[in-house]
Amino acid sequence: MRVELTVNGRARADEVEDRLLLIHYLREVCGLRAANVGCDTTSCGACTVLLDGQSVKSCTVLTAQAAGREVTTAEALASDAGLHPVQAAFQQEHGLQCGFCTPGMVMAAVGLLAENPHPTEAEVREGLEGNLCRCTGYHNIVRAVLTAAAAGPGGPASRGAGHDEHEVSA
Amino acid sequence: MIPAPFDYIAAQSADHALGLLATHGDDAKLLAGGHSLLPMMKLRLATPAVLIDIGGLGELAGISADGGDLVIGAATRHAELAASELVRADAPLLSHAAAQVGDPQIRHRGTIGGSLAHADPAADLPMALVALGGSVELRGPGGTRRVSADDFFAGFFETALEPAELLTAVRVPRQPGAGWGYEKFTRRANDWAIVGVAAVGGRIALANMGPRPLRATAAEQALAGGASPAEAAQHAAEGTAPGEDMHADRAYRQHLARVLTRRALERQLAG
Amino acid sequence: MQVSILGTRVLRTEDPRFLTSGGIYTEDLVDDRLAGACHVFFVRSPVAHARIRSVDVSAALAAPGVVAAYTGQDLADLPVIKPPMAGLLNQQMEQRLLATDVVRYVGEAVAIVVTEHPYQGEDAVELVEVDYDLLPAVVGLEAAAADEVLLFEEAGTNVAAVFGDRAALKADLFEGCDAVVSRTVVNQRVAPAPMESRAAAAVWGEDGRLTAWIPNQGAQGTRGALARLLGVDKAQVRIITPDVGGAFGAKFGADPEHGVVAWVARQLGRPARWAETRYENLIAMTHGRAQQQAITIGGSRDGTVLAYRLEILQDAGAYPRLGGILPSLTILMTTGPYSFPRAEAVARTVVTTTTPLGAYRGAGRPEATAALERAMDMFAAEIGMDPAEVRRKNLLPPFSEPHQTPFGALYDSGDYVTALDKALEAAGYDELRREQARRRDTGDAIQLGIGLASYVEITGGGDESGPPQENATVEVHPDGTATILTGTSPHGQGHATAWAMLASDELGIPVERITLKWGDTDLIPEGGGTGGSRSLQQGGAAVQQASKELIEVARRRAAEELEASPADLVFDAARSAFAVAGDPDASVPLAQLALGEPLLVRTIFSAPGATYPFGTHVAVVDVDTETGKAVLRRVVTVDDAGVVLNPLLAEGQRHGGIAQGAAQALLEEFVYDADGNPLTTSFADYPFLSATEVPSFELADMATATSYNPLGAKGIGEAGTIGATPAVQNAVVDALAHLGVRHIDMPTSPQRVWQALQAAGLAGTGSEGA
Repeated sequence: MRVELTVNGRARADEVEDRLLLIHYLREVCGLRAANVGCDTTSCGACTVLLDGQSVKSCTVLTAQAAGREVTTAEALASDAGLHPVQAAFQQEHGLQCGFCTPGMVMAAVGLLAENPHPTEAEVREGLEGNLCRCTGYHNIVRAVLTAAAAGPGGPASRGAGHDEHEVSA
Repeated sequence: MIPAPFDYIAAQSADHALGLLATHGDDAKLLAGGHSLLPMMKLRLATPAVLIDIGGLGELAGISADGGDLVIGAATRHAELAASELVRADAPLLSHAAAQVGDPQIRHRGTIGGSLAHADPAADLPMALVALGGSVELRGPGGTRRVSADDFFAGFFETALEPAELLTAVRVPRQPGAGWGYEKFTRRANDWAIVGVAAVGGRIALANMGPRPLRATAAEQALAGGASPAEAAQHAAEGTAPGEDMHADRAYRQHLARVLTRRALERQLAG
Repeated sequence: MQVSILGTRVLRTEDPRFLTSGGIYTEDLVDDRLAGACHVFFVRSPVAHARIRSVDVSAALAAPGVVAAYTGQDLADLPVIKPPMAGLLNQQMEQRLLATDVVRYVGEAVAIVVTEHPYQGEDAVELVEVDYDLLPAVVGLEAAAADEVLLFEEAGTNVAAVFGDRAALKADLFEGCDAVVSRTVVNQRVAPAPMESRAAAAVWGEDGRLTAWIPNQGAQGTRGALARLLGVDKAQVRIITPDVGGAFGAKFGADPEHGVVAWVARQLGRPARWAETRYENLIAMTHGRAQQQAITIGGSRDGTVLAYRLEILQDAGAYPRLGGILPSLTILMTTGPYSFPRAEAVARTVVTTTTPLGAYRGAGRPEATAALERAMDMFAAEIGMDPAEVRRKNLLPPFSEPHQTPFGALYDSGDYVTALDKALEAAGYDELRREQARRRDTGDAIQLGIGLASYVEITGGGDESGPPQENATVEVHPDGTATILTGTSPHGQGHATAWAMLASDELGIPVERITLKWGDTDLIPEGGGTGGSRSLQQGGAAVQQASKELIEVARRRAAEELEASPADLVFDAARSAFAVAGDPDASVPLAQLALGEPLLVRTIFSAPGATYPFGTHVAVVDVDTETGKAVLRRVVTVDDAGVVLNPLLAEGQRHGGIAQGAAQALLEEFVYDADGNPLTTSFADYPFLSATEVPSFELADMATATSYNPLGAKGIGEAGTIGATPAVQNAVVDALAHLGVRHIDMPTSPQRVWQALQAAGLAGTGSEGA
């Protein structure tokens, strides 16, 4: 079947198998491989992206279901100005180690802060209950999200390299 | 893991979906949020040849008041239900239950219709609907009918839905200001309930104490007879024969049912 | 005067890449050499123990996109896989890349299907028909040891290894003890479950060499292992290590699947790729722990422990691998940080029809500490003494000269009493005990539990190839950048930043201008990889050493350049330049000295032996006595691993270790039923910790240097896991100690806690309120 949707600000039209999962569409068709597959049961959140601005697990969304919608992935967060505030906070607080859960975790955090800009620590932990990490013990991830929340949207740019993509506000 | 091959059809309307169901029969399944069905398909526990997507149908969305009932479109996402001011005011147990389902990403996709039709006895919304004494509207080739929550859940992942029927809306009585209690016992925050209890307006519903959400009728009767939460809760597990699994054997489940019922009733009493 | 960056919180240079485009893990690879790759899918046994009667791939071969299908018979020419460590593990317990006659665990690979597209593979594997003649499963350790049903007829026994002599155990070991406590406890089987499951990509070149991309913990070890699986010389194999999404001990060497993928690539003459599902990862990646421990501890009423005995029954799973010999490390650490007059330990490893056991964060040492710390608490309860006091009474006094234990461990440096004191103070121990007493007095439904664990652990030992050492190559380029080649293999630990810090400190080149390379065996043919918490104390030390040696090589060139004597030159790291002493203008930048002839040094750092980090963990839990649910409220730790190079990275390792340790105590267990069917085969069933189950952790600082390397550093990677597990378990038991509960096996699930309360005589009907 043919699907038309917007990915990171670019309109796309592709011929795909009806059963193609959105995560595989993003990775294999769009070449956006930051989001990862980490489980079989919609448990781990490593595949988290934004669908019309809301965090979803793209392993449990058919590409067909995203037709006519806007998908945003981690690759779109940074800009010429530098890392997105959430990304910068993750670096600042050492919120990533092996990095496998990170793109999904960051998108979940972006989604969380869009709905709750000033979460408590408990709200951050609950807000990330759908994202599993084996390396960090979550301690620094929580600090990173709280730091990003304190910085607010458009907070201090980071020291990292940016990407030539559209900026997504927190 | 990925689903077996199927044909995807985006329904243009509820009637269109019904027509497709009639045409394809057992080969077809309805897709709304997909967060009950797609996980099963990815594990190949379900292998429909046709998926009919009703998730985007406006006529199945929306939350409104209709006299003494709230009417919630079947395709309403859990996140929307949890955030609805109307539901929080008039049936807060339902918005609370919706906020307990899975995690934020799941709540952005899963729908109340899908969750009820899936009928997992450990899930939040079936139990909540039974506690609230709500009902579902089912539309089929023969017309529309309303089925009470008590009658809708037939067994393990089984409902009163006929093969060619579509769950279009959910109705719950409006009870602004009514006390309620909700206890969901899990090991991890986003697990399904090992045992769940929902109490409101003299009704007590249990999750994961049997193949479908159960009413703790003995406890309800005790309560109606003037018993305290602690006394009524003693009867919470009467008549239940819960299954056993890694998390709980029968004795422990029944014990949990009593403890959680007492706590739910105390919470309800506290307003 | 430049202030050293060593010891400072340098942010990771790796992060921008991981945060923007994401890491490039094996499944992400886009490489010309892999163009046109086919995809390999495994057919796995759904039964625990059976003879294979027939395998029929004909239906699969006819399915869309199927390129080929193979059974064990097709791979029969490949070498038999024998258990490692031939001197220790029974060599008759053989395995094949694909099972041919017998399957011995659910998940063992029996056949493969190869397809053009991954989606087709999942369809095609369902079409392979395998007929099994069921054999009895062997799941319990006692049953396995009884040798009634043998997994390997040729071996004649299920015992894969023996450590120590049971006949030599002294009958009078506990003579003279006022109090003796005995109990058999379980250190349960867990799944390492890194977020990245296993994967591989392989292609053979025209020159007959294999290039394989495999997520691993040491490319050199993986190369050797893969070569052995294929029966080729390791010179024919090149391993390239992509980004690795966590390992925790389970990605050492090579698994049969890696061999199969490489074989397919050769067989079909085209690149082959594989990525397992989480289900496969949970049932076919090696598991961890799985020890049953009979512990006996005895001593005087004044708290002095006089004797301790540990008898271990280790589960090897179906095919003995590294997990089978870990009891030797457990035994090595039997007495931990304590000085006991008498102690004994023995172990047996048995095979069962379950997933094979490998290393998992701590690898044998958490098991020792868990047994010991449970024993200390049980002894304390028996004599009615505070658990902190019992520990204090028995801890070895501080030492700075190496201390030899009766079990042959040579502790390099340690101050266990101070670690205990610091942890107790940071936790506010006395106030916690007062709060606990208050709740006990009022009969609060939520009881407070305080758990301790004092530990010492072994890091950075050598292996079969020799004493502890690691190589590093440092090169300075004319453009002022530098490159480091390391034999370590980071998979989240931050070596790119940490090794750059070490080189930067010596060379005066900024961290951002230093690149680390690892994991390509053509580039770095020797190396010990990353595991056993060895990397900083050996690999980091090697980087520092190489940098220092490079400065000396550069000094000679600078002397020529400046027409001065080398002794008259000063290297100013702040400017990254040599200057004549007293004449700063007569200088030459280090980078300039790389013009013409490459400026690089390769060195090997050798350590005198393993180092022994130590610490104390304090865990605080709330236990709901009505439901049995334990909630972890606080974890306060001292983890002394010597001098800290980068506190940011060290804290991250501690956090991750603590979380995994707590997870084993509270939640995780890989479960089999009596027929050998695995029950926890997804992240929905296997209770992988989420952010809501743990609090933020409280880390106290303590750094007792080691003299074994110039960095003064010991290993930190596994310490958190070792301390946290028993601290949390002890806390849960402690919460209920006043109600007569003496022990609860891990995980301390709500049902187990409730059952312990029932057994201790508290008849709760559930309707008794606070």
